[in-house]
Amino acid sequence: MAKEKLFFAGSGGQGILLMGKMLSYAAMHEGKEVTFLPSYGAEMRGGTANCTVIISDKPISSPLIQTADALIAMNLPSMTKFENMVEPGKFLFVNSSIIKEKPTRNDIQVVSVDANGLAETLGVPKSANMVMLGAVVRTTKVVKIESIIEAMEKELTGKKAKFLEGNILALNSWNPN
Amino acid sequence: MTEKVLMKGNEAFCEAAIRGGCRFYVGYPITPQSEIPEFMSHEMPKRGGTFIQAESELGSINIAYGIGCAGGNVFVSSASPGIALMQEGLSFLCSAEVPVVLLNVSRSGPGIGGIQPAQADYNQVTRGGGNGDYKIPVFAPSTMQEAVNIIYESFETADKLRNPVIILADGMMGQMMEPVTFPEPKQLYKDEADIPNYKPWALTGSKGKSHRNVIKSYRALPEDLEVHVNHLFEKYRKAEKDLVRYETVNTKDAEIVFVAFGTMARIVSEVIEVLNAEGIKAGMIRPITLWPFPKAPFDELSPDKTKVVISTELNMGQMIFDVQLSLNGRIPVRLINRVGGIVPTTDEIVERAKKILGEIK
Repeated sequence: MAKEKLFFAGSGGQGILLMGKMLSYAAMHEGKEVTFLPSYGAEMRGGTANCTVIISDKPISSPLIQTADALIAMNLPSMTKFENMVEPGKFLFVNSSIIKEKPTRNDIQVVSVDANGLAETLGVPKSANMVMLGAVVRTTKVVKIESIIEAMEKELTGKKAKFLEGNILALNSWNPN
Repeated sequence: MTEKVLMKGNEAFCEAAIRGGCRFYVGYPITPQSEIPEFMSHEMPKRGGTFIQAESELGSINIAYGIGCAGGNVFVSSASPGIALMQEGLSFLCSAEVPVVLLNVSRSGPGIGGIQPAQADYNQVTRGGGNGDYKIPVFAPSTMQEAVNIIYESFETADKLRNPVIILADGMMGQMMEPVTFPEPKQLYKDEADIPNYKPWALTGSKGKSHRNVIKSYRALPEDLEVHVNHLFEKYRKAEKDLVRYETVNTKDAEIVFVAFGTMARIVSEVIEVLNAEGIKAGMIRPITLWPFPKAPFDELSPDKTKVVISTELNMGQMIFDVQLSLNGRIPVRLINRVGGIVPTTDEIVERAKKILGEIK
């Protein structure tokens, strides 16, 4: 596996950082090298949030990226701002429940995911981020979906344990057709 | 613990400190290191330690001074403007020969500046803003694992030298997550009663004996003070030999040798890969200690091979003076930098380095 660079972006409260964290835990459980770099600043619920995850078989030098193998845009401003980061031929994941506009790029693979819609149908409206993560992992195969579940089981404990079932349901809900 | 764990930098720094023998933590919240006092506030009481939130950074360093005098192993953290407030305390700690471990998760300046990563505290940590002649060893790790290993060792380093030790990280390292393995917890002293055995100089009470320990900074007689300052610098000369640490990457045949530490060193590693792929031989000297600054790897550079040495910094050029001193005019020195909390991209450094090489040739 070469170096895979993923960029998650959306608004605060959409669970952007949790998507990146779960992917990072999963990569670590698979014995891969990983860096997780969140944006930080004077941010709050409703503000912007993004994080960079790099997964590799070799030690990772810079945790910063200039281009991405996958951009995960959870809202319109994120798609508009970051779609130019996607390397030609690589992936743009669009949260089509919120983003009605089309991306301007036509040299990349666009995957539309009705993340909020699917999550609401399942009765777990707050797990739209995990619906999206499921789509990202199934499409890019950057880690195994089982590794994400394993990561959730390890991380969602105590007070958070009650979210485990719904999140696994959401993670498994998307399919390409 | 041999199992890898994924932790936020700021939390990993704390875990390393606790395992390395830290028994007291003193701090005051400031971005980008506020997770440190947060983590310590719930972990220290659970692990037999003490957490103190001071009223300010002045409070932090002076409470640490007191704890250090009494022989406790104490950890203090802050970020750039907070470290600025501690300068007087650091001068006193050096003068009184009291060990303290201080972590600076640096942000941009001057003044309140901004909260994004920078390396503009290079002069502050290596030269210091306190009065008088003193030195403080400064470690600048570039990965989370290296930071963990250094912090784990730093309490013993400070105790052996009887001097403060500074670890310089930056906002990016504090906020990012990377898998790390932690060394086994160690105890430097068993309990309070054991402190006089571990630190015979500490102020633990004379317990009726005629001999009493004295820790002081004031020396009224110039003759006494001169002897004392010379004694401090004997320690520092030894520390220059014992503590200096660095890493070199492909420096032997390199046309361009970058000098970079911390976060910048990681980006420069990628720059070197890109330049090498384009047929330009590039290498790096990565100081791990900023004081003592590693001079030896610069002596090994040959002007026949190396056309330029580029100091790569997140400031207006501070380390570059140590680079110039180390090279003593043998090889041209240039600067590639960004400031204000902006971290340059790999491509930007590659382009600027190629332009510099073209101009030199």
